[in-house]
Amino acid sequence: MHDKTLTELAAGLQAGEFSSRELTQALLARIKRLDGELNSLITVTPEQALESADNADAARARGDAARLNGLPLAIKDLFCTEGVKTSAGSRMLDNFIAPFDATVVEKLKAAGTVSLGKTNLDEFAMGSSNENSFYGPVKNPWDTGAVPGGSSGGSAAAVAAGLVPAAMGTDTGGSIRQPAAFCGITGLKPTYGRVSRYGIIAYASSLDQAGPMARTAEDCAHLLGAIAGHDLRDSTSVARGVPDYTAELGAPLTGLKIGLPKEYFGDGLDPEVESAVREAVKVYESLGATVREVSLPHTHYAIPAYYVIAPAEASSNLSRYDGVRFGHRCDNPADLIDLYKRSRAEGFGEEVKRRILIGTHTLSEGFFDAYYKKAQQVRRLIRQDFLDAFEEVDVLMGPTSPTPAFDLGANKDPVSMYLQDIYTIAVNLAGIPGISVPAGFVGKRPAEGRPIGLQILGTHFAESRLLNVAHQFQQATDWHRRRPAIAEEAR
Amino acid sequence: MQWETVIGLEVHVQLATRSKIFSGASTAFGAAPNSQACAVDLGMPGVLPVLNETAVAMAVQFGLGIHAEIPEVSVFDRKNYFYPDLPKGYQTSQMYHPIVGPGEVEITLEDGTIKRIRVHHAHLEEDAGKSLHEDFHGMTGVDLNRAGTPLLEIVSEPDMRSAKEAAAYLKAIHSIVTYLGISDGNMAEGSMRCDVNVSVRPVGQETYGTRAEIKNVNSFRFVERAIAFEVERQIELLEDGGKVVQETRLFDPERDETRSMRTKEEANDYRYFPCPDLLPVVLDQAYVDHLRDNLPELPADKRARFEADFGLSAYDAGVLSASREMAEYFERVKNACGDAKQAANWVQGELSGALNREGRRIQDSPVAAETLGELIRRVMDDTINGKAAKQVFQALWNGEGESADAVIEAKGLKQVTDTGAIEAMIDQVIADSPAQVAQYRDAEPDKRGKMIGYFVGQVMKASRGTANPQQVNKVLKDKLDALC
Repeated sequence: MHDKTLTELAAGLQAGEFSSRELTQALLARIKRLDGELNSLITVTPEQALESADNADAARARGDAARLNGLPLAIKDLFCTEGVKTSAGSRMLDNFIAPFDATVVEKLKAAGTVSLGKTNLDEFAMGSSNENSFYGPVKNPWDTGAVPGGSSGGSAAAVAAGLVPAAMGTDTGGSIRQPAAFCGITGLKPTYGRVSRYGIIAYASSLDQAGPMARTAEDCAHLLGAIAGHDLRDSTSVARGVPDYTAELGAPLTGLKIGLPKEYFGDGLDPEVESAVREAVKVYESLGATVREVSLPHTHYAIPAYYVIAPAEASSNLSRYDGVRFGHRCDNPADLIDLYKRSRAEGFGEEVKRRILIGTHTLSEGFFDAYYKKAQQVRRLIRQDFLDAFEEVDVLMGPTSPTPAFDLGANKDPVSMYLQDIYTIAVNLAGIPGISVPAGFVGKRPAEGRPIGLQILGTHFAESRLLNVAHQFQQATDWHRRRPAIAEEAR
Repeated sequence: MQWETVIGLEVHVQLATRSKIFSGASTAFGAAPNSQACAVDLGMPGVLPVLNETAVAMAVQFGLGIHAEIPEVSVFDRKNYFYPDLPKGYQTSQMYHPIVGPGEVEITLEDGTIKRIRVHHAHLEEDAGKSLHEDFHGMTGVDLNRAGTPLLEIVSEPDMRSAKEAAAYLKAIHSIVTYLGISDGNMAEGSMRCDVNVSVRPVGQETYGTRAEIKNVNSFRFVERAIAFEVERQIELLEDGGKVVQETRLFDPERDETRSMRTKEEANDYRYFPCPDLLPVVLDQAYVDHLRDNLPELPADKRARFEADFGLSAYDAGVLSASREMAEYFERVKNACGDAKQAANWVQGELSGALNREGRRIQDSPVAAETLGELIRRVMDDTINGKAAKQVFQALWNGEGESADAVIEAKGLKQVTDTGAIEAMIDQVIADSPAQVAQYRDAEPDKRGKMIGYFVGQVMKASRGTANPQQVNKVLKDKLDALC
């Protein structure tokens, strides 16, 4: 059961081939067997999972099955889940049991899904390798010497290893798409405002967006339909109807206009990644699409702009972790300042501290105009680049990441780590949707190689189109069907 | 050297919304600590603010009430600082694009002239919680019930030149917000408090002196006292060759002095930036027009109308329009009795005296406005005399009757105007007072006027106050003079 897609599992449940309880038990057993090494889950919740599975089975027996009834999944440990530890991958929140559900969690429950647990991540979603977690790094199921990407590395690894058919991620600068690429799965970052942020622990509020990570675009379409929509509790969520994202999956791609941003094929791009992406584009041509080169001239400003805006917002968003009301508090504080200093010094990891300091600095009097204000101006230019490009083409394509998954511990320098997100970060700054789909492997034998992701970008609220374009690729290729050895052996 | 005082006020008005500015928790005062703080108020991980539309409407109403510009777009910013009663580590406020632009407030000076105080802007923000330092044995308690309560901060230009003007401005703001019903104006419960910026400069100098900011003054009286102290302190300092430092000071009402809290060098860098969780507030013209059309009559307009339409003096019109409740009561009395001047005299005289004696508010007056109007009508139509009217008022105040007529009837206070009855009482008094009659007769004619008072008093006493005093006077004089 573990290598089936969500759509296939839904059919199996519907046909009575297995129950949600059986499915849940099988996956919990896999988690027990495999996750000791992978470390993709911070918290596993077997009792709650089995209870939800039983409820789903009972609902189905009553003829009252919800849209994703009885389907198991995992949730990034950045989403508040009532009564369950919600750590954000940080020592700071190691003792935090959320008193409420995030809107996404609430919607997934209402859709009948069964959560098996909370996935590992870079602390407060800050990172591109999942090495910044208080709970230790996650290992890439394709090669346990490699990182799974980040920050939603736990979600990506759990799906790739067949521990769950799908997981929820969040993407602030590439945190869904890059780990999806590194782990050979499909990950969608929706348009900013498409999915409610309520109850998702904030990293950078103007960039954070939740989305599905699964084996196929079709699965992502089902999941997005369940979690998208306006939320009165999130003022930045958009009041706009939610279409049936599966409706256009089968539409032919004849006449589709694809743009290849020339800036996404420049220095630093691994040649094997480049050739895989160019091969994928050829597949699209064979499906009737036309291809042209386009330019996103402000691309090289995206990383600096992001590393002003995101840390600025983070420095403010993370001020609430002060040891006063919840979270980590140091022992025996001498006074208030000591309480703040030691609670935060002990509770936060290095990368989080680095970003808080950067953000505090760029917002300071005398620096605000030069950094924050300028970065916001750049952000508008980057957004305009995309809007101009989408006047000419329907979608943009390129690599999700310049390299495949790198070795654990290989990227010690923060700036070279930041450069990992060169193709994904501008998308968040512009607020547009993007999807990463498996498009090949680096390394001779696919079973031991490292996956490559193709990134497809569309204009605001073009999720249906992106899912259609991704799905048609997956009808024509089988990269998304490859499984890592760890998943096969444990069968 | 002659010194001039320059004062600017930042007034924080708590808006009378039922729920908080960014959450659904109640704003009611006096609940058990932390019982009115929801996940949003507690700054829990993952929570988001949602702007309370009523708070926006109230802020715009205030802006319209002071004839201010209402910008189409306003933006919430985060003011970042750490404090235990500030749950998120930032206060959501409006730094760069406030909801209310420049406006002005009229105050009446002691000599009756009107001065306009310019308002620089007013912005919306959330209140912090309260730190409680008592009862915790060396620790500090935090009550977050108040966290997230909507505040309108009204920032004046440095247009005031005395403590009295500052107090008058604060009263004018109080009166506008209570008229609009956007705040209960209860200063004791902290619904209105202000920061006072004070500086002094030699008369004639154009540039402002260095100012001190006195934080959190919460009564009209304290504003005057704090300024008086601060002005004296600054002048003394300057005359001794010292310098005023820019700093934040605290007013201690117990000792009647201000003390330094922190200097400019110690000031926080609040790292303001636009709050990414809230969209800019965009007000369309129709919305603003609708609020403008439904604005109640405000104190300045009411005062002008009382003067022009009712012929009241500027002073009376000012007193009677000072609060919405006072003005409404007065107008109801006036409508019931039909005479604005009589109504004004009674409301400011008998009624205000009684209210002050018992520390009651006019809306809690035991004598209804219509009842007082009826009483005044009975004086005007000579049913009772002025003295009896005071007795009737007291009885009504004490709850001794449903209506003025009922009290007049029950106490037999109806004025006696029957000449025969009055003559009989006078004859009796003259007969009972031979000594006084003899004195009267022996007195010089120009002294007799004063002496007649005794006889009037006796007759009024005999009539238990019901005789018409003018009539008694006239008949007595005729009868006594006939004896001379």
